[in-house]
Amino acid sequence: MSACPVPRSSYDAIVLGHGSGGRLSHDLVARVFGPSFSYDESFAVEDQAIVRIPGAGEIALTTDSFVVDPLFFPGGDIGKLSVFGTVNDLAVGGATPLSIAAAFILEEGFDIATLRLIAESMRTACDQTGVRLVTGDTKVVERGRGHGVFITTTGVGVRRPGVRLSATLARPGDRVIVSGTLGDHGIAVLAAREGIELETSLVSDLAPLTGLVDAMLVASTEIHSMRDPTRGGLSSALFEIANASKVGVVIHESKLPLKAEVRGACELLGFDPMYVANEGKLVAIVAPEAADAVLEAMRRHPLGKDAAIVGEVVGDHPGIVTSRSVIGGERIVALLAGEQLPRIC
Amino acid sequence: MKFIDEYRDGGAVEKLVHAIEREATRPHVIMEVCGGQTHSIVRYGIDELLPPNVELVHGPGCPVCVTSLETIDRAHAIASEPGVIFCSFGDMLRVPGSSGDLFDRRSAGADVRVVYSPLDALKIAVENPTREVVFFAIGFETTAPASALSIALARRQKLGNFSALVSHVRVPPAMTSILGAPDNRVRAFLGPGHVCAVTGLDEYRPIAERFGVPIVVTGFEPLDLVEGILRTVRLLEASDPRVENQYGRSVREHGNTDARRWLDEVFEVTDRKWRGIGAIADSGYRVRDAYREQDAEHRFDVAAIEPREPPDCLSGQILRGVKKPSHCPLFGTRCTPETPLGATMVSSEGACAAYYASGRHLVRLGTRRDERRADP
Repeated sequence: MSACPVPRSSYDAIVLGHGSGGRLSHDLVARVFGPSFSYDESFAVEDQAIVRIPGAGEIALTTDSFVVDPLFFPGGDIGKLSVFGTVNDLAVGGATPLSIAAAFILEEGFDIATLRLIAESMRTACDQTGVRLVTGDTKVVERGRGHGVFITTTGVGVRRPGVRLSATLARPGDRVIVSGTLGDHGIAVLAAREGIELETSLVSDLAPLTGLVDAMLVASTEIHSMRDPTRGGLSSALFEIANASKVGVVIHESKLPLKAEVRGACELLGFDPMYVANEGKLVAIVAPEAADAVLEAMRRHPLGKDAAIVGEVVGDHPGIVTSRSVIGGERIVALLAGEQLPRIC
Repeated sequence: MKFIDEYRDGGAVEKLVHAIEREATRPHVIMEVCGGQTHSIVRYGIDELLPPNVELVHGPGCPVCVTSLETIDRAHAIASEPGVIFCSFGDMLRVPGSSGDLFDRRSAGADVRVVYSPLDALKIAVENPTREVVFFAIGFETTAPASALSIALARRQKLGNFSALVSHVRVPPAMTSILGAPDNRVRAFLGPGHVCAVTGLDEYRPIAERFGVPIVVTGFEPLDLVEGILRTVRLLEASDPRVENQYGRSVREHGNTDARRWLDEVFEVTDRKWRGIGAIADSGYRVRDAYREQDAEHRFDVAAIEPREPPDCLSGQILRGVKKPSHCPLFGTRCTPETPLGATMVSSEGACAAYYASGRHLVRLGTRRDERRADP
């Protein structure tokens, strides 16, 4: 994204941009966690890890923290988000989610009735996706040291036999398919946040992707990679795939499915919808000969009715995502630098 | 989407590009004044579509990048004062001052908030009567009227805790300054559409007349820009230095009279420093004495903060197209996007940043050797 001023990439202390899912987040992982934990080249490539248990096969493992503000937003709440977010990270790796552990950091003074609502919402979300919340932990911090409640969930699942999805498997010629309209979650949460008077009926797209992934994997064995483009949006998901697979990606801007409300809000704030978060969408990299069949299967599923082929993988410019504009010009889609900020110019 | 899609029609753009190709018979250098226009040109790849003899030069119209180091340092000092809520437009948070940016201040505990309008800052002041609320009022004539309004409303509502750090800038004096430089290359302007929606066209006619340059006030969508370029090329080919209005759906002859009235009520014209360019006479607005209680420079003791831009930085000459980034000994060494010294490295549309992004700092030494060898 062209931005003024040129974004910085190094800070001596944590800034909010380190949590944006963009370049600062990648930088933090590479500089701080990489040196300690990169046991092999698969470090931080996927949204979930495959753990081999001696004598007992493999499990898929993932973890995620949820700090959304506000706790209740149009289309969801932090409880539902904490279950679906982790379930989706497992699903897009081709794993069937089984169990979830949850840790709650509660702020002194937080209303217990509200916490109960969140717990009930988590239970409903678990039932909807066939997972069980089997263990957990609570900690309380002094007033002012939290934001009501922060939730961390950890999920385990089993990989479907014969399925191998990886960010490293994209090949030139593959098609890029997104499952529906982009940016609904990010804009709905932004509009619900205090201080931004954006009048919209937009709701978050928060949804479990397990059913949609099942339908896709039944339709074809030629799906190479899948991601749920959460924070950092489509651009971060594609950037990670382009880097892990050492390929380029070209997106056709006019083909991106966007709700009118999201387009309008992005126009108003100077945002690029490719950087806005989703919580119920996936992007799939599919072999060209299988693309139509996968698209067809996605469109038959309620969560994939707006699915579209939006671009392709190319051999040129490895590690770089470009976007072809509606008038034919092409630009590089850089990784989001920090937070996406409203522009005045 | 209505009122947007019709201005992004690829077929219509192509037709106008063909017309530009046909009608431009000699080289033309056209400056788009406004940062918003530059963003659109880069985002849609409009410069790539033009014939090689029509060159677009990016103007100084990025309000974020031209805000002086002095103002940024004063803003950082105020934001760091205990009890202050410092309200700023989003993209100002990332602009580096002498030491770090507003994100660093926030990380160190300052209460820095992103607002979308100065009226939001006013609301924060009403809700936090025990805190000093300061709005960072930057931008061109487009954002200045709302700043003026918020200052006037604060006075009217007797809000003792609201003030604005004002660093608004005016476009016409900057254009005059560019055209008046002995090494100027610019022969025509795409005028700033949103600025003119506020001010109207009156101030632009004398510039066109005095310097003999056509000015076509232009909008921000691809079709606006390409049409603006075509109309500019036609005027250049006809050697007809007049002011035209491509952006008629927003710009009236005399602008927005209400907005102009507020500007005049609260602000007066003053000299202003531009980052990378230096002082330009009459190029800014400052708060009139009648409103000094709402002037943050009066409420906070920051007048002594006067950092000097690094004297060896060449950004002023680079901005005018006289020097290339690779001529600067600081480029890629002391001056990088992480530690920018001048506006051309601060702005992502700036020449130094663009050179850096394309890796030219890595080959600089080799180039210089070649240059030396070529010298007699």
